[in-house]
Amino acid sequence: MNYKKLDAQDFDNLFAIIGDEERFLTDGDINEEYSHDELSGTASWPDVVVRPTSTEEVSQVMKYAYDNNIPLTPRGAGTGLVGAAVPMEHGILLDTSLMNNFLELDEENLTLTLEPGVLLMELAAYVEDRGFFYPPDPGEKSATIGGNISTNAGGMRAVKYGVTRDYVRGLEVVLPNGDVIELGGKVVKNSSGYDLKDLIIGSEGTLGIVTKAILKLLPLPQKTISLLVPFPTLQQAIRTVPKIIMSKSNPVAVEFMEKEVILDSEEYLGKKFPDHQADAYLLLKFDGNSAEDVQKAYEGVADLCLAQGAMDVLISDTEERDESIWKARGAFLEAIKGSTSDMDEVDIVVPRNCVNEMVEFSHSLQDKIGVRIKSFGHAGDGNLHAYILKDDMSDDVWEEKMAQAMEMMYAKGRELQGQVSGEHGIGYAKRGYLSESDSQQVMNLMRGIKAAFDPKNILNPHKVCEA
Amino acid sequence: MKILVCIKQVPSSNKVEVDPVTGVLKRDGVESKMNPYDLYALETALRLKEEKGGDVTVLSMGPPQAQAVIKEAFAMGADRGVLLSDRRFGGADVLATSYTLSQGIGSAGDFDLILCGKQTTDGDTAQVGSEISEWLGIPSVSNVIRFEKVDDDSVTVEMDLPNNIERSKVSFPCLISVDKDIFMPRLPSYTKKKATEDRAVVMLSLDNMKDKDDGHYGLFGSPTQVQRIFPPESDVHQEVWNGDDLGSRLYDKLNELKFI
Repeated sequence: MNYKKLDAQDFDNLFAIIGDEERFLTDGDINEEYSHDELSGTASWPDVVVRPTSTEEVSQVMKYAYDNNIPLTPRGAGTGLVGAAVPMEHGILLDTSLMNNFLELDEENLTLTLEPGVLLMELAAYVEDRGFFYPPDPGEKSATIGGNISTNAGGMRAVKYGVTRDYVRGLEVVLPNGDVIELGGKVVKNSSGYDLKDLIIGSEGTLGIVTKAILKLLPLPQKTISLLVPFPTLQQAIRTVPKIIMSKSNPVAVEFMEKEVILDSEEYLGKKFPDHQADAYLLLKFDGNSAEDVQKAYEGVADLCLAQGAMDVLISDTEERDESIWKARGAFLEAIKGSTSDMDEVDIVVPRNCVNEMVEFSHSLQDKIGVRIKSFGHAGDGNLHAYILKDDMSDDVWEEKMAQAMEMMYAKGRELQGQVSGEHGIGYAKRGYLSESDSQQVMNLMRGIKAAFDPKNILNPHKVCEA
Repeated sequence: MKILVCIKQVPSSNKVEVDPVTGVLKRDGVESKMNPYDLYALETALRLKEEKGGDVTVLSMGPPQAQAVIKEAFAMGADRGVLLSDRRFGGADVLATSYTLSQGIGSAGDFDLILCGKQTTDGDTAQVGSEISEWLGIPSVSNVIRFEKVDDDSVTVEMDLPNNIERSKVSFPCLISVDKDIFMPRLPSYTKKKATEDRAVVMLSLDNMKDKDDGHYGLFGSPTQVQRIFPPESDVHQEVWNGDDLGSRLYDKLNELKFI
């Protein structure tokens, strides 16, 4: 691809748009963080980092890039796991994190309009303080909402409430040529032509840059209770999951975790987990409008778990107890990372009724391939996070074992009618697996869509699908 | 070993109103839970029982609905529960509360070890434990962060003091207030909850106390008059400096404040 390399004139012209040295970074001022995200082993430096504070600035920078054939990569908080925010062709990195204002809480329409740089933890606190609820709850709370929209992030409450896409009503998007468009709106229903809003969601910054979002809110449930269920074996725990889903008890979250990962998180957080009796656990959450409602919902599931061989069912019904469990759960990724030298992840999703098969398969690969694989995840929605750990392997051996493990896991995922990514996205790292998993026709359609939005292929090139 | 743990039902959230006339917390319509600090005392008791045998009794004072926290203690593994409940106990300050509890403990049986949490999240005085021990005439140790050794007739514990850690060997019977995080409290068990559903809580009123003078209990027995409840003023002052020559600037500042 023949992109223009930025020259002195380009720097001047771009600086004229931003007009603020603090928000226009070049050379030595560019922090190393901007060369990568949380995917290890993939780094590429931008020539310039711009930090716009308005749609107008985003639009002007984008238009300049378009007119001059300069590649541009959007970036939120850089917490992605697949390299989607890494500027592979250098050029301009557009950091949206300063666009972090709440614009309007519309209590009549139950919507919240905000800018893309608002962090997930800020969003949760903002709405919950006002008696509202934004259900998507990915583990990484320091991610931006823009990043969440770009990957269609899911999180732990997906079992009952669905994913980010289900809560985005409208978007303002800057197109690759700099034009600003509005998609969707505060409307509850919409059958007006192709749903381009849904196309932007999950497009990982390859079709346009989200500069404003209208989110759908729910009333905040008054009461939540979590159950921590110890099982003698992972197999017994994970085989109970489809039965819970089938029981019509409507849990908010169904997570599974193993003792080893819990111990890692204790070390990482310096805080003890409230239980150690078992090798495997299910963690369930229920919500409702009264303690009685919630109790009714969870008792059936508690009995079901005991009938399936659970050693006990432990109840978490206060903030302190929830924190002792969910904080550990939230730290699993970082804790596993801290337990090894390097790792790569699989974020495969399969139909929920075969999540046990997928988990057991990835577990069995440890012995088959001779590599440590740690996993935890959203058992209730079929989304497995498995981490292949390098430990003290040499680079060559590690590359080989990792590739082997990945191939086998994605093949198993395909066999079970699953998808390559449940919520982390494709980005740079998983492109090969996507094109192996989807048909030629589907991949061609994706490339056609990319070309329709971005004919010059300047917006986040080399991501999701190659033009 | 016979262990008694004092527990209290407190409001679930910290957004609690205070009655402007009586200075008493308004508890109506507020969801409640076991005082989080008491969970550490209960966990300590359950671990000592697992290690040394014996049984664990929990004792609380409050309206009949405070049975909920005793039931919760059953679901965590406590063997017996006593609730001191009488309208005449209401409106008690620290003195009357500790006196009532000490009378209740006297009526509930003989104990080797009485465990308390560090403080409550609603009253926050952190004095009730020590005062109970005074009324009972037994030794007490506060801010305990570790049980070093448990013998048949005594315990050796570590007490967290502002500048050092003090080790104490205390003979039974004694009262120990444990600090937060001495152990991570276990979660209540659904199976234990089901198994103890029908277990009765022993209810004691003023009539069951050795001292039956109602002038020693509740509002009558409370010399404390609450004028106003308010958050303490913060006297923390922070300055952030950037730039060059910070070393000498720091020296000048410390000099000015007479630290050097």
